[in-house]
Amino acid sequence: MSLVTATIKRDLVIAARNPGEWLNPLMFFLMVLALFPLAVDPDPKFLAKIAAGVVWVAALLATLLSLDALFKADVEDGTLEQWLASGESLYAMALGKVFVHWCISGLPLTLVAPLLALMMNLPDDAYGALFFSLLLGTPILSLLGAVGAALTAGVRSGGLLLSLVILPLYIPILIFGASAVYHAGIEMEYAGQLGFLASFLCISMTLTPFAVAGALKLNLSR
Amino acid sequence: MWEALKRLYHRMGSPKWFYEISARWLPWFAIPAALFMIVGTVWGLAFAPADYQQGNSFRIIYIHVPAAILAQSAYAMMAIAGAIYLIWRMKMAAWVAAAIAPIGASFCFIALITGAIWGKPTWGTWWVWDARLTSMLLLLFLYFGVMALQKAMDTEDTSAKAGAILSLVGLVNIPIIKYSVEWWNTLHQPATLKLTEESTMAMDMLIPLLIMIVGFYLLFATLIFMRTRNSVLWHERKKNWVKKLVQVQAEK
Repeated sequence: MSLVTATIKRDLVIAARNPGEWLNPLMFFLMVLALFPLAVDPDPKFLAKIAAGVVWVAALLATLLSLDALFKADVEDGTLEQWLASGESLYAMALGKVFVHWCISGLPLTLVAPLLALMMNLPDDAYGALFFSLLLGTPILSLLGAVGAALTAGVRSGGLLLSLVILPLYIPILIFGASAVYHAGIEMEYAGQLGFLASFLCISMTLTPFAVAGALKLNLSR
Repeated sequence: MWEALKRLYHRMGSPKWFYEISARWLPWFAIPAALFMIVGTVWGLAFAPADYQQGNSFRIIYIHVPAAILAQSAYAMMAIAGAIYLIWRMKMAAWVAAAIAPIGASFCFIALITGAIWGKPTWGTWWVWDARLTSMLLLLFLYFGVMALQKAMDTEDTSAKAGAILSLVGLVNIPIIKYSVEWWNTLHQPATLKLTEESTMAMDMLIPLLIMIVGFYLLFATLIFMRTRNSVLWHERKKNWVKKLVQVQAEK
């Protein structure tokens, strides 16, 4: 078994034994959603209008919070040094770590989002768009976020810094994701937005691992 | 030509050489910068004709547009300097990149503020979520991210490399952000709030604007030279040539 698959398996086992790792982002997602009707307006018609954007913003924030821990343990306990010493490509390693992160944050969010969107009174036609836009969009959030997580892994109180660094880069995904759901809700074509998300996914899957690998190496010279 | 460039590049790697040569170059940037900006400002504020729709309020364009252009090209320059550091480990490049970040952010801020001041009389509001305003705001966020990351790192080397990686990721993202914001804007808002297009500007308004843009570029170069010179002195403060320099200055 190669180092990458071994790491993926190990991380999935760890996540399975610490349900908090994947449950906490979900609970955070639910709580943030609950804030909007309370703070703005619980009127169903109004909620239906903002549901697309609010669900996407909440999913984005939940992903962001779970990113902080992505490389921290590996940097602190020396696993990172072992990866580098093993000669295994860091590019593949980065992709593996992102894949696990998506499995425990993006994927559960995608599966649960339609259920929570019910509470936000999302229009009936928008559920497919919500599911597919999150399915395509959350891996991009994990990939871009991994760059920030790798850059800030060795920094004390890196969580806030991570958000500052990564949030501007999330804007295009938020725009296309939320607009796909919104357009589906008013019975308009939304394949274009999903197409954009799919192409962003391809670009970020090929390019971000380079940045992640470079940023991870920085943690060694510290 | 190529050989000469290569020689210049290798010399640029020497902080001492840069410090000496930049002292000679500095006036050639600073004085034209002042001249261009004085001529451009006076021409723009006093002699250019008033806009037939916006009256005199359009004159803020002579600060707004150059600042916005500079903010964008400064980000690209910062990323390129960062890439040079990542690839060839040239210390000077890291110092230049660090010098650019706050200046670029300041130009970005000036562009946003002057835009708001301009927006009040023409659009009746300080801020609208217009595509250009929004992408400028996001550019400011990108600058903040790079600066915060550089500050948070504890060694010089990691600070420079982390800043370089982030600014390169940002550079790839800038066109994507720009187009997605424009696309978002055309869906959410009718395009009523178009600024006067540059290409349709009258010649006697355009020329002072071009003068101002050149002036801003020269000002930018001057500021970068000054900040990088400071940074050279600080980083080389334990070297003999800096100590000698300080002694000579003190004896004067």
